[in-house]
Amino acid sequence: MTYHNPPTPPRKSAIFDDVSLAEIRRAAATGIYDIRGGGTKKALPHFDDLLFLGASMSRYPLEGYRERCDTSVTLGTRFARKPLQLKIPVTIAGMSFGALSGPAKEALGRGATLSGTSTTTGDGGMTDEERGHSELLVYQYLPSRYGMNPKDLRRADAIEIVVGQGAKPGGGGMLLGQKISDRVAEMRTLPKGIDQRSACRHPDWTGPDDLEIKILELREITDWEKPIYIKIGGSRPYYDTALAVKAGADVVVVDGMQGGTAATQDVFIENVGLPTLACIRPAVEALQELGMHRKVQLVVSGGIRNGADVAKALALGADAVSIGTAALVALGDNDAKWEAEYNALGTTAGAYDDWHEGKDPAGITTQDPELAARLDPIAAGRRLANYLKVMTLEAQTIARACGHNHLHNLEPEDLVALTIEAAAMARVPLAGTGWIPGQTGL
Amino acid sequence: MPTFDLSQTPLRELNQALHGLAAGANDTEFEVVNPRGSHAVAVGCDAPVAVSIRGSVGYYCAGMNSAATVTVHGSAGPGVAENMMSGTVVVEGDASQYAGATGRGGLLVIKGNAASRCGISMKGIDIVVHGNIGHMSAFMGQSGNLVVLGDAGEALGDSLYEAKLFVRGSVKSLGADCVEKEMREEHLTLLAGLLERAGVTGVEPSEFRRYGSARKLYSFDIDNADAY
Ligand SMILES: Cc1cc2nc3c(=O)[nH]c(=O)nc-3n(C[C@H](O)[C@H](O)[C@H](O)COP(=O)(O)O)c2cc1C
Repeated sequence: MTYHNPPTPPRKSAIFDDVSLAEIRRAAATGIYDIRGGGTKKALPHFDDLLFLGASMSRYPLEGYRERCDTSVTLGTRFARKPLQLKIPVTIAGMSFGALSGPAKEALGRGATLSGTSTTTGDGGMTDEERGHSELLVYQYLPSRYGMNPKDLRRADAIEIVVGQGAKPGGGGMLLGQKISDRVAEMRTLPKGIDQRSACRHPDWTGPDDLEIKILELREITDWEKPIYIKIGGSRPYYDTALAVKAGADVVVVDGMQGGTAATQDVFIENVGLPTLACIRPAVEALQELGMHRKVQLVVSGGIRNGADVAKALALGADAVSIGTAALVALGDNDAKWEAEYNALGTTAGAYDDWHEGKDPAGITTQDPELAARLDPIAAGRRLANYLKVMTLEAQTIARACGHNHLHNLEPEDLVALTIEAAAMARVPLAGTGWIPGQTGL
Repeated sequence: MPTFDLSQTPLRELNQALHGLAAGANDTEFEVVNPRGSHAVAVGCDAPVAVSIRGSVGYYCAGMNSAATVTVHGSAGPGVAENMMSGTVVVEGDASQYAGATGRGGLLVIKGNAASRCGISMKGIDIVVHGNIGHMSAFMGQSGNLVVLGDAGEALGDSLYEAKLFVRGSVKSLGADCVEKEMREEHLTLLAGLLERAGVTGVEPSEFRRYGSARKLYSFDIDNADAY
């Protein structure tokens, strides 16, 4: 009798997987870290790990097309004389002119305006096009202060002081030379074509005590008219939210690590920060303890894709959400119709993230006039408005099923988690149990 | 001349009065007494008025100033004339950190000393300091001129872009990518003009040395990684 050893099939390492190996080789060949756009590509506990319970014996639902489910939200009710009245609780996040083309910024403004919501400037200042096409425009106040001036401050509808971003809490910005056109260079007071580093810390305040004075200054300059937001990257949401309230914020924006960026080191995107799901409850807890929940509004961002994500974020206590990546996709980013061109760039539709190189086939993350001309801002704005409408309808569908006549009436009690991790982060019970890891006993 | 006594009148009233003044308005001179270290005094001025502040102020005095001439007859806290667009701000005493931070235009004159990070991220402002300046001054300075009649602290001009730095005294150390540069005729002329505008007398442009960016960090290069 002969005995055959069964052959051992080739086995790839789960640790040294293809992506890790390729990155080692790339680093060895180039000597420079990988920079890219977008958010983390890791699978993290996310809104998908939560489910709504819907109505039952003890809760009655609302009728789909007949019974009203309100979606409006007012941001900036604490101190500002002119709070922002939004028709839907989904806003467009700050993305810079520079990272995005002029027509792309215009399209965001158009889409947001059609939907009754706000859009936001970014690291690079305000352009006339986006001001003109955005009924409600939030003006970012960033460490770089590129393009910052009192005229634009006064023609903004709100001011967002950016302390951090979820994709890179503690990191500054980067805009590589390829994207520094004459106009971008002029707005940022820098030579054309150089790699621009935006500072990671504000130049004239360092902590919550002097931020409070900075906010006083901004309020005095704008005669206490504008809501002032503070945007923080998901990091220490409980303390950061409490300190933002202490510093005088009208609105706190918490951006989780799934949040997109225009250009950051991959190692930063993938390894620094807290998942969005883990940010919301600590932030809400801080607001509740201070008696400020719903008085200082909470906006959550980072990986929001659809109406279910919106509903879940609101159920966990947010007042509104903000979208970046999804808005770009609605405009036309990573559309399969450009597949041949993505292939020529060594990638594929859905994976293209070299936004910093300025060669975007969809004409969105570029300053190349020919590529930028591919995006029709009117049609793209329309697509964004359609998408926002669908998101809102989806969130309303869920809220009605849970018996709520306003999206803000969604509750943590409406939710359960599919995984222990999500249950612990969202502080809702694991499905089918009463167990909230970290909060209740088994 | 309208006078605002900040021991009696809320700051809001002062700043509101200074905003949106109609062209040709009768009152073009304002006086502030008893500032007692108040923050955000005379911020966001947007008309060619003169504001005299009799005493010392806290943070961000004359922040984002456009067109106005603001004189502090005392010392100024952090961030005086931050993000100034145009006009003139004069501090008769000393200035704390971040004086003239991110300023885009106009002239800031500090008759005493300025603390650390003077002219940080400056974007076109001209700053003339009669005394000394502290460490990390003109960090990431993009444009404009910083003139120091005394000495400069450590890491002057770190990560400098195109701002021009002129120092008459010693420089404790230069920051990353900041180097001494040749003082050419055009710089002497520029400096003479700045000294005159700042009311400096008895000092010659030739007594200064010029510092600027070596421009080695302008494009990311792995072999410069130690400098970042
Ligand atoms: C192309 C792009 C540019 C961005 N630019 C900025 C910026 O200038 N300032 C800022 O605070 N955040 C910026 N962000 C982050 C967004 O404001 C927002 O936090 C993030 O996109 C939200 O996550 P999401 O992309 O998953 O929706 C940018 C994001 C993208 C995708």
